[in-house]
Amino acid sequence: MAVQERASAAAAVQPPVTERITVLAWLKHNLFSTWYNSLLTILVGYLLYLVLVPVFRWAVLDATVSGDSKEACDFAGACWTLVKVRFGQYVYGLYPEDQRWRVNLALAIAAVAMVPLFLERFRHRLTYAVGLVLVYPLVGYTLFYGGWLGLPVVETPRWGGLFLTLVIAGVGITASFPLGILLALGRRSEMPVIRSLCVAFIELVRGVPLVTILFMASVMLPLFLPAGVNFDKLMRALVGVALFSAAYMAEVVRGGLQAIPKGQYEAAMALGLGYWQMTGLIVLPQALRLVIPGIVNTFIGLFKDTSLVTIIGLFDLLGMAKLIVTDPRWLGLAAESYIFAAFGFWIFCYAMSRYSQHVERRLSAGERR
Amino acid sequence: MTGASGEPIIIMRDVHKWFGEFHVLKGINLEVGKSQKVVVCGPSGSGKSTMIRCINRLEEHQRGEIIVDGIELTSDVKNVEAIRREVGMVFQSFNLFPHLTVLENLILAPMWVRRTPRKEAEELAMSLLERVKIPEQAHKYPGQLSGGQQQRVAIARALCMKPKIMLFDEPTSALDPEMVKEVLDVMIELANEGMTMVVVTHEMGFAKSVADFVVFMDDGEIVEVAPPSVFFTSPKSDRTKLFLSQILQH
Repeated sequence: MAVQERASAAAAVQPPVTERITVLAWLKHNLFSTWYNSLLTILVGYLLYLVLVPVFRWAVLDATVSGDSKEACDFAGACWTLVKVRFGQYVYGLYPEDQRWRVNLALAIAAVAMVPLFLERFRHRLTYAVGLVLVYPLVGYTLFYGGWLGLPVVETPRWGGLFLTLVIAGVGITASFPLGILLALGRRSEMPVIRSLCVAFIELVRGVPLVTILFMASVMLPLFLPAGVNFDKLMRALVGVALFSAAYMAEVVRGGLQAIPKGQYEAAMALGLGYWQMTGLIVLPQALRLVIPGIVNTFIGLFKDTSLVTIIGLFDLLGMAKLIVTDPRWLGLAAESYIFAAFGFWIFCYAMSRYSQHVERRLSAGERR
Repeated sequence: MTGASGEPIIIMRDVHKWFGEFHVLKGINLEVGKSQKVVVCGPSGSGKSTMIRCINRLEEHQRGEIIVDGIELTSDVKNVEAIRREVGMVFQSFNLFPHLTVLENLILAPMWVRRTPRKEAEELAMSLLERVKIPEQAHKYPGQLSGGQQQRVAIARALCMKPKIMLFDEPTSALDPEMVKEVLDVMIELANEGMTMVVVTHEMGFAKSVADFVVFMDDGEIVEVAPPSVFFTSPKSDRTKLFLSQILQH
């Protein structure tokens, strides 16, 4: 009798209780749940109102975009006319206007070439990526610099703006990633010479500001080179940025390597895998997945650190923003210029951040519980 | 000790090992013949795991000789890799590769170490998964399997390299009791097919049914070696008797 009752009670399975969440209910629960929360909500709301409304009014409502010169702006709001008129310089720097199509073409080629890397079903992505990294610099160099195929030369001091930022960041990221991995592996090596060299490099490079590295690369390097041999200024900046970032990347990767349980190494060794097979197939895939936040952090930092090339006379996005403001025809519009530059940086950094979250989500599927 | 199977496939002569100051292996002498099953037991800290890990160079011995399948185990990388190809190992904590599916776990070593083509490796892997009775799990990730299933995958993974010797380091110690049987069944089948096995375990039932001889280790030394029929009924050493009385309580 009792068993049957229990059975029928179990059979009457009830659906979970769902509450219908209305806006008012949400507000009450999250913002006005207790008296002090309510007070805080009102206070914060007031502060937001004090700050955001004037900013919005200045940046959007009262702003001017039309016209060709400063005269067109009415100074109640932001003068985005500056940005509109000088947009080309923000993006291309001092690159000659009639040659800008080359930059566009090169960046379009890069964008299209990167598409296969995002296709999940494409099996040979790693080989393709390596190939791309080896081939694209030639394409980029030809189009950006010119000098053959009938393209006129555009010297590197004329490269600037967002285009220069992308070049430096792109080269920096692409070079520092494998270099950082090698340094991290070297630092954990059991061979004393390799380990000491890697440690020395990492500690030395991390210990000095990027500015000094760029400065030394640009000012001191020519002193050491024989007369007549002159490295291109941009090249020096690229090397400096890549080495600097590699040292940081090495430590991030090393953190990931340390987190891999010893059992993984042992299982790989017991199966007969050699060092590079074990590292490439077992250890790095797991270690890199673990430290994606740290890696992306380093990339984003690098992207913004490219602004330091102003110290050696190159004008990246921020440098151009500063340069444009010095034009007497646009005096007094520093705020607009810098805000636009900041916005430019933010777009790219946020895109990197979102992409990394997507990668993390995709890679955790099926991972250890 | 060499038994009826002729030339021993594992020879350990006067093997010593220290971890820093701690003398963990104190003169180990052991010979295992082809197709023999050896069970190694003893209290924790006795050096049993260290001893079998020396066989495939996961630990380095400081003195003495170890010869596996005719190849001497030295710091020469070529020797070590040759030996590791012929010696499979199953770990207490499974150590499956969590970022690969079960099938990928299995085909990795044959493809990269023995250069087997992918298709052949996959066929071998599937046949081994059927042998350990979990072919339907081939495309799952290790994290989605139970402990017993994971250990069976680990056994299949080691077998994919077609080793001559299989080492087991407490393969069932991390499993729930219900899953111990399914793993032991696989090991018994493997034993009956003629694989040379060295098993560190506390599962005395397994030792009684399958072992050719049982090795009792205590405090870094081999105290007693005997076939199970003798070992469990009339052990010679007092230390063995003490150990047996403790583990055979229940």
